[in-house]
Amino acid sequence: MAGVRDIRRRIRSVANMEQITKAMKMVAASKLRRAQEKVTASRPYAERLQAMLGRLAASGSELSHPLLERRPVQNIGYILVSSDKGLCGGFNTNLIRAAREELATLDGKNRLLVTIGLKGLDFFRRRGAPILAQFTGLGDSPDFAAARRIANRVTELYTSGELDEVYVIYARFISVLNQTPTVRKLLPIEPATDGGRDEYIIEPSPAAVLNLLLPGYIESRLFNALLESKASELGAKMTAMDSATENAKEMIDKLTLAMNRARQAAITTEITEIVGGAAALE
Amino acid sequence: MATPFFLNVVTPAGEVFSGEVDFLLVPGAEGDLGILARHAPLIAGLAIGVLRYDREGRREKISLSGGFLEVGGNKATVLAKTAETTAMIDRKRAEAAKKRAEERLRQKEGIDAARAEAALKRAVARLKALS
Repeated sequence: MAGVRDIRRRIRSVANMEQITKAMKMVAASKLRRAQEKVTASRPYAERLQAMLGRLAASGSELSHPLLERRPVQNIGYILVSSDKGLCGGFNTNLIRAAREELATLDGKNRLLVTIGLKGLDFFRRRGAPILAQFTGLGDSPDFAAARRIANRVTELYTSGELDEVYVIYARFISVLNQTPTVRKLLPIEPATDGGRDEYIIEPSPAAVLNLLLPGYIESRLFNALLESKASELGAKMTAMDSATENAKEMIDKLTLAMNRARQAAITTEITEIVGGAAALE
Repeated sequence: MATPFFLNVVTPAGEVFSGEVDFLLVPGAEGDLGILARHAPLIAGLAIGVLRYDREGRREKISLSGGFLEVGGNKATVLAKTAETTAMIDRKRAEAAKKRAEERLRQKEGIDAARAEAALKRAVARLKALS
């Protein structure tokens, strides 16, 4: 049995850890609130843009644009939206697992990666997976400019024919406790032709509006994925740090019990020794 | 009194305006477009400029950095990358941005002319919304 002093030392170090995880949990919680607001604020724009694209497609006019072009698929790109930092529970693991499952599909097509965040980059670089482009250091509140940078690069890869299809793998933020890794097709754009066949007047022309709309559409989809993943990361971090704090508490309780028992055992031994010594003298 | 219709101005950072208006004037890609209630369904590309609307007899302005307008079902939606109501615009910042862009355009060489031009237009649009 460990000595009383050793146990006391361990209790102190666990208590320190508890303080740190507790602080991290609170930091994550306050960042999460802001991230959540941003996700909610960005959704209407993304949805309306998509709806408008659908109506444009439904307007019947012949639409052609490099980003709508469908080619025989040989090279598939995956944009993996992971985080830069760890200590966020299963967040990165889940995303990486989803990406690995996609990459492991065997049908003779090339599957390539564009990684966002250090965690995804580290994992796949170590395994020698083909990484076409990488983005790191987006910080705790990704801005639209970052989404635009990524969108430009990906659009370039697509129009140059290096990629024939592009998917985004990100964690959809459902609630603090629930984040689902999601794979969504980004390119080529498939406008959903939803019902409403109103005859729209299109100014200045369908082609001109499409030219304005499509680049913005990719940006907004990516922006949304960045925000969703960020909110999910912070949610996962909060939960992970919360359970770490709980575990530390439990451990302190157990150690305190062990310490008291050890102390009592020591006292008992001492008394027995004294009594034994006194008896020997008689 | 004109019949009111619903206007929504939405950016990736959130909703900037939402409410009933009597008249809407937007900077279309090829000239200004005026919208009244019961306008025919319309999708239009917008230029950098100033959006104006009349509400309860008062004229309000919002600066836009390009975007789209959709009209349908007696509702108008403006989607813009950025949109600022007059209360949100920082006059000093806009003036500084205008000066900076003009400076850059004067140098002519070693600059991204299209970018400087767009920056100038955005600054001018903000200042126009304030005036």
